[in-house]
Amino acid sequence: MIDLQLLALLLAPLLGGALLAVFGSRKWAAELNSLMSFFTFAASVILTMRVIDSGPQVAFHEQFFIDQFNVFLVALTAFVAFTTSLFSRPYMRIEQHHGKLTTGMLHLYYSMYQMFTFAMLVALTTNNMGIVWVAMEAATLTTVLLVSLYRTPASLEAAWKYFILCGVGIALALFGTILLYFAAERVLGEGGTALLWTHLNEVKGELEPTVLKLAFVFLLVGYGTKVGLVPLHSWLPDAHAEGPTPVSAVLSGLLLNVALCAVVRSKVLVDGSLGTHFAGYLMMGFGLLSVVVASFSLFRQKDIKRMFAYSSIEHMGLITFALGMGGPVATFAGMLHMTVHSLTKSAIFFAVGHAVQKSGTQVMENIRGMLQVSPTVGWGLAIGTFAILGMPPFGVFASEFLIITTAMHEYPWTTPFLLIALGVAFAAIFGKIQPVVFGETTAKRLPHSPALIPVFVHLLLVLMLGLYMPPYLADWYRQAAALLG
Amino acid sequence: MQTPFLLQFINLLAALLLLIAFAMLTQRRILSLINLFALQGAVLSLSTFVVAFSTSQHHLYYSAGLTLLLKVLLLPWLLHRLIRKLNVRWDVETLINIPTTMLVGISLVIFSFNLAAPIAQLSEGLTRGLIGIALASVLLSLLMMLTRRKAVSQVVAFLSLENGLFFAATSATQGMPLVVELGIALDVLVATFIFGIFFFQIRETFDSLDIAHMEKLKDD
Amino acid sequence: MEKYQLLFAVLFQLAQLVLVVVFAPLLTGWVNQCQAWLQNRSGAGVLQPYRVLRKLFSKDAVIAHNASPLFRVTPYIVFGCMWLAAAIIPIIAVDLPFSMAADVIALVGVFAVARVFISLAAMDIGTAFGSMGARREMLVSFLAEPALLMVFFTASMISHSTQLPVIVDTLAHHQFVLYPSLAFAALAFLMVLLAENARIPVDNPSTHLELTMIHEAMILEYSARHLALIEWASSLKLFAYITIGIALFLPHGIAEVGNWAGLPLAIVALLLKLVLAGAALAVFEIVSAKLRIFRAPEFLATAFLLAVLGLLIHFLLGA
Repeated sequence: MIDLQLLALLLAPLLGGALLAVFGSRKWAAELNSLMSFFTFAASVILTMRVIDSGPQVAFHEQFFIDQFNVFLVALTAFVAFTTSLFSRPYMRIEQHHGKLTTGMLHLYYSMYQMFTFAMLVALTTNNMGIVWVAMEAATLTTVLLVSLYRTPASLEAAWKYFILCGVGIALALFGTILLYFAAERVLGEGGTALLWTHLNEVKGELEPTVLKLAFVFLLVGYGTKVGLVPLHSWLPDAHAEGPTPVSAVLSGLLLNVALCAVVRSKVLVDGSLGTHFAGYLMMGFGLLSVVVASFSLFRQKDIKRMFAYSSIEHMGLITFALGMGGPVATFAGMLHMTVHSLTKSAIFFAVGHAVQKSGTQVMENIRGMLQVSPTVGWGLAIGTFAILGMPPFGVFASEFLIITTAMHEYPWTTPFLLIALGVAFAAIFGKIQPVVFGETTAKRLPHSPALIPVFVHLLLVLMLGLYMPPYLADWYRQAAALLG
Repeated sequence: MQTPFLLQFINLLAALLLLIAFAMLTQRRILSLINLFALQGAVLSLSTFVVAFSTSQHHLYYSAGLTLLLKVLLLPWLLHRLIRKLNVRWDVETLINIPTTMLVGISLVIFSFNLAAPIAQLSEGLTRGLIGIALASVLLSLLMMLTRRKAVSQVVAFLSLENGLFFAATSATQGMPLVVELGIALDVLVATFIFGIFFFQIRETFDSLDIAHMEKLKDD
Repeated sequence: MEKYQLLFAVLFQLAQLVLVVVFAPLLTGWVNQCQAWLQNRSGAGVLQPYRVLRKLFSKDAVIAHNASPLFRVTPYIVFGCMWLAAAIIPIIAVDLPFSMAADVIALVGVFAVARVFISLAAMDIGTAFGSMGARREMLVSFLAEPALLMVFFTASMISHSTQLPVIVDTLAHHQFVLYPSLAFAALAFLMVLLAENARIPVDNPSTHLELTMIHEAMILEYSARHLALIEWASSLKLFAYITIGIALFLPHGIAEVGNWAGLPLAIVALLLKLVLAGAALAVFEIVSAKLRIFRAPEFLATAFLLAVLGLLIHFLLGA
């Protein structure tokens, strides 16, 4: 049964990719894209219910493994992928209308979008640390051509940087995986089971600590490049700023989470083997550095998508920090932050995408008075900004509050850094977005109406998570947090 | 289990791999670079084959064959075709200060040997020290990526990095599960195709394959 | 029996002493002849170096007025050094009486003494070419020497000794068929050999083009018997280097301690190895192009790198 449900989840985007590879140029390709994404989402909901009901499961000869932790990411990924596909339907039409995209490019976009979803879902659900690597690499490969979709010099440069940096990063992760296998095969023996996470998790105490230490450094650096951890983040702002907005939204909202999931899985093994907090400390260090560096970089940004890309680095840093701290509260807070960040950041990118389309530029100085141009875009952007800055009553506030109070309790010396960084980020983003939303403008209203239902749905969910968390949801998070320890 | 001769042979191949990594680091001609890459693939394939023979793991024979097919025949052929089409066949790169690069390379080798020393202590027989060599050639390829300004040579560096990893996967750990190896091979192949697409896009846009044109995106 | 063994050893040592000095020019002639064949020339024959030496010895020496005694004694010192070096390297048997003196570091020292004298003599007259040649020679050897030492260290690490006979003895009976570290060292040694013996690609022994010559520039002022001695010393040096290479990397077939019966076989093996090494050297020189002098440091840095890599690999793999 679980096999079938998982198969549905993985087959929907794969089939979607195949169908769109054939029919991507048709008029109804966008609708087909949304439909396949909806199927994926529906499958993920069914799978989630199943896992909540009956606990962690393995499937397909133990090659796949689903527990509360990754099923939550699966659901999040499928949901955001679905809403993004809804958003991208009118957005990409407008881009085509503006002459920035051709039908051929759209064809590529739709099929790659589905393949990207597929790669991410495989990376999340697989039990095999080697397949995690393969799927992460596949996710990179599918998005590289999407980043350079516009074929402008800047987008090509961004895509090249993304490809090279992530390629190198992911290669280091493979070395880490090989070291992991090297340690595992002494305990589990040669062959297929030595890379299965569930098996590794059972024998983690017997794995050779020296090898695992080295392996984790490589895994963290490797997957950390994809998470966008400082100092390996330089691809991220370029790729987000130069790629099409739906791609920025899924990169920021989803891919970073998936990479982080791989890091967390390794952390569980390594800290279990070492019996110390080595991996956790490394994650905390990289996380804290990312938060601080990213928030100070926010001031220098002129490009609106670039600025929110840096904001993503900051938030991923915060999540890495929280998950590195470990313990039930911090892990809970980290996962909550993952959820709310994905929802809020993709909502912001949707709003930003329309704002950019309306003003024809990504430079913030030239985008003014969005409220006058289009109230929905303006309010979407304003509320999204409030939410991402951690204003109560949004969910981001709740998770950030939990992270900081735990840090204050466990590692007091980190709190000043975190507070200063969050303060700086607040000042930078608020100062720059305020005139964008409320300023005076000469821009005319544009004929096409924006598709902003996804924005408000996301923001409403974030608001709900801030005000009231349904008990079953809290329970689910708690179970997942307990799994990670 | 293994005859010492095979062990020595694998060690020799490992050393050869490292030597080729150094040769690539200092090679100025793109054409020779690709030939060196093919040679590296051949050494890799041979060492995989020897490991397969000495540990009698059948799936490693497939790996060796796959390596031969992919990294000795297909990828070099594609790259040759590519540089002929892009008309950069006789390009010579200006490398700054080869002795310094080599000294940095040597220190990388020392660093990685040092890093791998505790692991070498752990393992006995065949795998002893091979992780260190694999790590060293990975780091050397990384260094090569940093020192190159031309897109094609950066890609060759990327592929040779993959070679180092593959050596670690097959020889040092005596073979990862086949499904993982297949996945890796597929990814590398797709990556090369995408690189190829990129070359044409880059040249169309910048009229050159020099990465120096692509340093416009900055934080201001 | 003991007495006879000692006698045998002394006799063989003396024979080696005489034979190297007699046959060293033959090796040079052989390399030149091979090159001639490879270039589709008929060549001057393998005996040409002897003819040159005879011609030079029969001429009257001309010496500059301002030459100091150093200039006069240098040819003898250089010749002596090279003879000594070539004579003590164990080439056919490992336990000859003199070969205990064949410490690799001492060998490097002997070569250095010769180099210092020849460079000083080159500058003695005060001509521009002499000084330029000396300077270039110093540049090359300053880079080649560390590489050579590294090669020796690699071999010494394997055999736990810097005594050449011990090294040869160990390597001839090693449990490893292939030493990865020695493969690197051999490559480095080949590069050092080319640089130190003024061969292509670092220098060209048959040119007097002022822009490129190194070794020839230093000995421009010499004539007649002095020149003959220096040419002879060059032959001896090449012979010494090639035999060191053979001793380190191809010691198989050398007569072991006390095994006098193995001597004829050892001599045949040595001759074969010399013939092959000379031919290989010729091929190598033919296929490579002369480097610009500013590229020479790069070439030698590569040699050094290879030698260091060999050493590192020895540490890592223990082989």
